[in-house]
Amino acid sequence: MTTLQPPAAAKPRKSRPPAQGDRRSWTGWGFIGPFVAVFALVFLAPIAYSIYLSLFRDQLIGGTQFVGFDNYQQALQDERFWDSLGRVSLFLAVQVPIMLFIGLLIALALDSGRLYGTDFFRITIFLPYAVPAVVATLMWGFMYGTKYGLVGDINSAFGVTLPDPLSSDLVLASIGNIVTWEFIGYNMLIFYSALKVIPNSLYEAAEIDGAGQFRVITAIKLPAIRGALVIATIFSIIGSFQLFNEPSILRPLARNAITTDFTPNFYTYSLSFNGQQHNYSAAVAIIMGLITMVIAYVVQLRGMRKGA
Amino acid sequence: MRRTTSRLMRGLAVLSVLALGATACGGSDDDSSGSKPVSAGDVQAALKKGGSVTVWAWEPTLKTVAADFQKKYPKVKINLVAERSGDKHYTALSNAISAEKGVPDVAQVEYFALGQYALTKGLSDLAPYGADKLKSKYTAGPWNAVTQGSDKVWGLPMDSGPMALYYNKKVFDKYKIAVPTTWDEYVEAARKLHKADPKVYIANDAGDAGFTTSMLWQAGSRPYKVDGTKVSVDFSDAGAKKFTDTWQKLIDEKLVAPINGWTDDWYKGLGDGTIATLASGAWMPANFVTGVPNAAGDWRAAPMPAWTKGDKASAENGGSSLTLPELGKNKELAYAFVEYANSGAGVQSRVKEGAFPATNAELQADSFLNTEFEYFGGQKANEIFADSAANVADDWSYLPFQQYANSIFNDTVGKAYVGNTKLTDGLKSWQDASVKYGKEQGFTVE
Repeated sequence: MTTLQPPAAAKPRKSRPPAQGDRRSWTGWGFIGPFVAVFALVFLAPIAYSIYLSLFRDQLIGGTQFVGFDNYQQALQDERFWDSLGRVSLFLAVQVPIMLFIGLLIALALDSGRLYGTDFFRITIFLPYAVPAVVATLMWGFMYGTKYGLVGDINSAFGVTLPDPLSSDLVLASIGNIVTWEFIGYNMLIFYSALKVIPNSLYEAAEIDGAGQFRVITAIKLPAIRGALVIATIFSIIGSFQLFNEPSILRPLARNAITTDFTPNFYTYSLSFNGQQHNYSAAVAIIMGLITMVIAYVVQLRGMRKGA
Repeated sequence: MRRTTSRLMRGLAVLSVLALGATACGGSDDDSSGSKPVSAGDVQAALKKGGSVTVWAWEPTLKTVAADFQKKYPKVKINLVAERSGDKHYTALSNAISAEKGVPDVAQVEYFALGQYALTKGLSDLAPYGADKLKSKYTAGPWNAVTQGSDKVWGLPMDSGPMALYYNKKVFDKYKIAVPTTWDEYVEAARKLHKADPKVYIANDAGDAGFTTSMLWQAGSRPYKVDGTKVSVDFSDAGAKKFTDTWQKLIDEKLVAPINGWTDDWYKGLGDGTIATLASGAWMPANFVTGVPNAAGDWRAAPMPAWTKGDKASAENGGSSLTLPELGKNKELAYAFVEYANSGAGVQSRVKEGAFPATNAELQADSFLNTEFEYFGGQKANEIFADSAANVADDWSYLPFQQYANSIFNDTVGKAYVGNTKLTDGLKSWQDASVKYGKEQGFTVE
């Protein structure tokens, strides 16, 4: 990659003899070169290209033209975008606490050393995470079926009428259920491994001081895994904002309940692939990326400050 | 340290810009798409010389056609790609066209989607190859669809979908209900059936753009008017009112099963008698045979119910053409294949495999009309389909961006199937969303 040569402007001034520092920085380039090349190619270039795309507009009539920040302005006033953002925000507000709480509960239970078959439970609870999201959603989609699926079977076996999990009112909760099933094991594993590294001496000290199990949890375990909690929260927030697989796979079963602007990601997908509005879609994607970054960063700041 | 950072940033900037340049330069090889007439000799010469043609089409009968074609012209290799259909097919095709890479030489395009590709210059005009002289071979509806009302020919019609009402005779016989001949009778039959057995619905409908537009077509509504880049959308004419009044009754009284077409539930419902009728195109029988084998003998075809008694007006549902994407290669060979499949000897072999042709000769042939459908208990269903085809009003047009409009149908009209929204209001919001998109895309929308 010849492009990694520093630009001419970076040459040391003639009046001064070459400083040692400069030579050192040359050697440094050589070492980080391969990394920078790959990093720029696979991380920065796509982002730069998206930003570039988002500054244009391509119309069926009239072709492509440069429009500056028009797409961003349009996106900020786009009701469908805000609707979808509202939907994932609601999802996040309900889903993230549930997933973290259950994950934490299971991790603490496994760590308490009072259960038999910990290994078995740990693997079983983690197993859904190993199932590809597509397969998991297809499976749940089948179970949710009110005619020939599990729900339908329960209905006819017990003579009841369960509400349709794929109706407009319930579909978000049904997706939440799938996501919970998929990711609890993952959160549990993060917490569990953080709990495992707490030194035994702390527990011994607690026992000497006469602390009960509950006190041990609040005074030792929770503070010790605060970092893991923050990480899991950030992952969950990003995951919720990026909700895509589940709605897109369930959609053929519930076209009226899952709209093409169901989540921001699904909306950008629809814009791009149904509407051929690649440029506008890029603008929406970048705005969504910024929002996700800001929220994740705020959570991280808050989490770290409390920890300090 | 600061200097290194700024240098690093500069290096990265250079790299990013380079990457951009690389992607931006990928495009615009000049297209050699002159409208010079191509003589029959050119096509013959190309066939002699040989080459390969990539065909993206999911029409199952093309497999035999491709084999026959290769047998006839041993130097030509037909590379049939049939994995994708519907939305996925169009997404792939649009992406290939905008990337200007991997564009197939021949692509199947349904009539409703032709306008978009024709308008964006994604397809070659086939008139210079002599396609304009084939007009008299085809029935009016499909020909109107491939020409888009102009003197250009964007594809050759492959099949057509004049509508018919498929009904489960076993169910109708069991409850001694007459097969409806008008839509009012249809609503009555729906009530009787559902009353006799609450598990039985007259039809499934959970909101399907293709079905709704076909129903509007039959009811005499003409919501889309297209004149070049001037379009209008209006779902408030008398025909649309006829449809919404009737269909609203079926939805309100929960007489249509909330099942989407082409799902497992749908096939099961067609098979076990809980979905008693299906208004669809004449291409449906082959799908019955493969998708609902357990109900063989139960089903029959009947003419579409009429909006006023005695009226024979019909409509098209589905149907597609084979087109030559502008950026495809081996144009002469590609045209030769399309002509062979949709106008030449290929039509015969496709009809034998259950395709419903768009060519007059085949539609009027005795052997075609007398074909007994084993699946329909030996019924000569083609007589009904051919009659329907003859009664399709050919002044219908789809939007030049129908593919997008259809994709948001369930966001708008779909609400009428699950909530308190009325069908008329649903159609109004579909209209608004279509108009908005049309304007964004630079159309003059009224």
